[in-house]
Amino acid sequence: MSIAASLSLTLPEVILSVGSIVLMLAAAYRGDGATRGISWAAVAVLAAAGLALLGPAGNGGDAFDGLYHADSFAALAKVLIYIAAGVSIIVAPTFFARGGQLRAEYPVLILLSSVGMGMMVSAGDLLTLYVGLELQSLAAYVLASLMRRDNRSAEAGLKYFVLGALASGILLYGISLLYGFTGSTMFGVIATAVGGELSTGLLFGLVFVMAGLAFKISAVPFHMWTPDVYEGAPTPVTAFFASAPKVAAMALLVRVAVEALGPAADAWQQIVIFTALASTILGGVAAIGQTNIKRLLAYSSINNVGFALIGLAAGGEAGVAAVMFYMTVYVAMTLGSFLCVLQMRDTYGRQVETIASLSGLSRTRPGLAAALAIFMFSLAGIPPLFGFWPKFLVFDAAVAAGLLPLAVIGIATSVIGAYYYLRIVKTMYFDEPAAEFAQSDSPVEGGLIALSALFVSPLGYLLIPVLGTVTVNAARALF
Amino acid sequence: MNGFPILTLMIAVPLLAALGCLFTSASNARVIALLATFVNLALGILLWVNFDIGGAQWQFVERADLFGRFAWALGIDGIALLLIMLSVFLMPICIGVSWEAVQKRVPEYMAAFLLVEALMIGVFTAQDLFLFYIFFEAGLIPMYLIIGIWGGADRIYASYKFFLYTLLGSVLMLIAMLWMVNVAGTTDIPTLMAYDFPAEAQTWLWLAFFASFAVKMPMWPFHTWLPDAHVQAPTAGSVILAGVLLKMGGYGFIRFSLPMFPEASAQFMWLVMGLSMIAVVVTSLIALVQSDMKKLIAYSSVAHMAFVTIGLFAFNRQGIEGAMLVMLSHGLVSGALFACVGVIYDRLHTREIARYGGLSDNMPKYAIFFLFFTMASIGLPGTSGFVGEFLSLVGAYEANSWVAFVATTGIILGAAYMLYLYRRVAYGPLDKPDVAAMPDLSLREISLLTPLVAAALWMGVYPESFLAPMRPDVTALLARIERAAPPSDAQPTPGNPAAAAAAHGSGHGSGHGEAAGHGETEQPAAAHGEAH
Repeated sequence: MSIAASLSLTLPEVILSVGSIVLMLAAAYRGDGATRGISWAAVAVLAAAGLALLGPAGNGGDAFDGLYHADSFAALAKVLIYIAAGVSIIVAPTFFARGGQLRAEYPVLILLSSVGMGMMVSAGDLLTLYVGLELQSLAAYVLASLMRRDNRSAEAGLKYFVLGALASGILLYGISLLYGFTGSTMFGVIATAVGGELSTGLLFGLVFVMAGLAFKISAVPFHMWTPDVYEGAPTPVTAFFASAPKVAAMALLVRVAVEALGPAADAWQQIVIFTALASTILGGVAAIGQTNIKRLLAYSSINNVGFALIGLAAGGEAGVAAVMFYMTVYVAMTLGSFLCVLQMRDTYGRQVETIASLSGLSRTRPGLAAALAIFMFSLAGIPPLFGFWPKFLVFDAAVAAGLLPLAVIGIATSVIGAYYYLRIVKTMYFDEPAAEFAQSDSPVEGGLIALSALFVSPLGYLLIPVLGTVTVNAARALF
Repeated sequence: MNGFPILTLMIAVPLLAALGCLFTSASNARVIALLATFVNLALGILLWVNFDIGGAQWQFVERADLFGRFAWALGIDGIALLLIMLSVFLMPICIGVSWEAVQKRVPEYMAAFLLVEALMIGVFTAQDLFLFYIFFEAGLIPMYLIIGIWGGADRIYASYKFFLYTLLGSVLMLIAMLWMVNVAGTTDIPTLMAYDFPAEAQTWLWLAFFASFAVKMPMWPFHTWLPDAHVQAPTAGSVILAGVLLKMGGYGFIRFSLPMFPEASAQFMWLVMGLSMIAVVVTSLIALVQSDMKKLIAYSSVAHMAFVTIGLFAFNRQGIEGAMLVMLSHGLVSGALFACVGVIYDRLHTREIARYGGLSDNMPKYAIFFLFFTMASIGLPGTSGFVGEFLSLVGAYEANSWVAFVATTGIILGAAYMLYLYRRVAYGPLDKPDVAAMPDLSLREISLLTPLVAAALWMGVYPESFLAPMRPDVTALLARIERAAPPSDAQPTPGNPAAAAAAHGSGHGSGHGEAAGHGETEQPAAAHGEAH
């Protein structure tokens, strides 16, 4: 395959890379004053990359001799990633304008991170995987500590970096073991090798790779960094962390589990089941005592990742399709929740993050309260909100795969989670009003909140046929 | 009525009105809510008038494959029709009860109630398993808000308990539903009702559904959320909770547990009967010692619901029809009783029974209404309570005489706690000045309670109007469960056939048709007894 053909398959990454380099130069020459322009240009670059998926890059087969897969699975994940990245860029200027100057590097770093995520979801080789993952992570470390003068932000960045490096090390060690025992880093070759007798070395490699990836999706027991980083990072960055990299890492985990380690499913299924249940339980129980809304949402993301993993544990096309459906709805729910958190500002324009400050929100800001209540009930998976449907799909996949005990325990843990989502609704609707928030000054944010609330409202059910087809097609690409 | 989507309309009207309420003022919201509930009542009457008794089992069927995995499939049989009628009948009354009592956040309140109405109609009309589940669960959100925002002092605890308790019950049912759809390959409820699941799987499926319905019902010992929720809910919330939401459990047993898992239902008959027997006696005794009026009525609800489960699991016509009538009658009567409590609560702002006394002196109109509903709750002949309880006890006696014996003591206890309540509230000296200052019923309150009296009397005097629509459906249900019906101890034993025949001929001249009908069904059962 010619280089040109390969490049056409990787067009989204090419656009993003060129775009980010050009914008970085622009940022260097024009300084922070040009941030708004650069932000919108970055969103345009993301849109262009998304449009490129309509071409051969969407479903064109392998590029660079199988190092890179341009299939519909990757395309779906990329669409989600670009949307989440775009939203994180759009909401940033108003946030940073209140708490200091937004640096022009912000949109550029998100673009670079998006390149990395694109490589992750398209990886057909352990090294592509690793390079993509590192590109994404390094950009993310910087983003977490973007507010240099804020101690919590700096702490978040450092914590994220140290623990992230540890996870990368674990992953790399697993990769080296897999390479050593199979003789290749290509997913296809590894799959054939693990199809036979699973040697101890291979098993170790498999476990280390799974552990490294579990860190990236913040599944229990590799979740420790999540609450601290989510709390400390600037809110738009937290929104980004909770959405795009989650999708990328989850898609990557699914791809590795199915494409590279598929024949050894028996070996990793237990690991996935354990982390799934541990995540749903710990994500539910540990969230109960939280008083900071960002920490609470961090535990909520751990909890949700656990449910998505149940789909992976079920395996098969239905299971993978359920995971992708889950991530699609999850991105909308989590972005919507963080957009609501962004609205939490006192009358001086300072950001507030305590759950108590939401008291009586339904009387001071009824629209915002209704939207946040929709997201909370949806995250809890209560019908008729759309958040119910992906939970339904993962449990359906688990039941169809014969994993009845997993389904029963998993769904029972969702009741634990429901408790703390209810607590937010209770604070907003039942309690007496606390100090009023400042009125919203950004119609864009309001519009985005309304859009995502509409998506997770019962109207979302009308999208099931479309999303169902898309996710099943994506899942089919892996088998 | 062919092709006119009346059921969708009945769901859409309150839904749209709920949206409308949110964006308007308090007084407008009240008017919108009342209008919408009256429109739905009119549609409900239209539905009943056009319902073809003895026609197709499922009528007003609609279907739109909107959601890929499941469909917007609606349709009703006679059983669902009656429960829908109960809902649309009670809703305007609920709105009327809250007309003045609720002054806080009226638009949201009305919106929540209309939402509840839409979802309840959805539950009773859904013909798709997952659509049913969505409606069934969705009711939690507005009820949670109603209890939590407009409830009494301890409302937050009650709202959590209500939500989490019922959610835990329901999620297990969802897993069972997923399994069923995987095995049967359809989500269509009528098809599933005729599908024979393997007997060993039925056991688990039945238990999962039981977990949900027993909590919703509620059956002893899963009833503890009910008194809390009732006491803290606003009056209209209690009316709708007792009137309709509790019926979802009974409806679930009739629609799912019995026809889909007949063998398991027979297998667990004693579990249900045992819990129901305990419930009848224990909760009646608990009701006897309550000092809070709403709590007393809440416990009486649990006891009445036990008659429903006893009737349903008697596996015979009288039992099932009786259970349905108890549900309808309880919906009217306990709803009315909660409304009666609401009337005096609005005046004195306490539910303590001891704070009242002598109301028959200064509120004679109120005392008459309250007396009527007290009697209806006890099951005085001529009121709706009698017909339902009598039929379900007959059914229970046919199934097992011990069950009937224990259940009947519940009736006596029921009379005890209700009369005791009435004595303490309405009779005695009128010695408390603030109680003596309470005005009698206003025109609004009279016009709210009168239709309930009329309906309870109608059901008590001429129950045929309510029995006729459900009769073919009960027949169909019986045909489905008869193969699993457990042996009963109330069948004639072989003794002296000649003497029995003679006695039969002379003594039972009247009502012979009924007896003859029985004879036919008894023959195989008697033979069965001999074989043992």
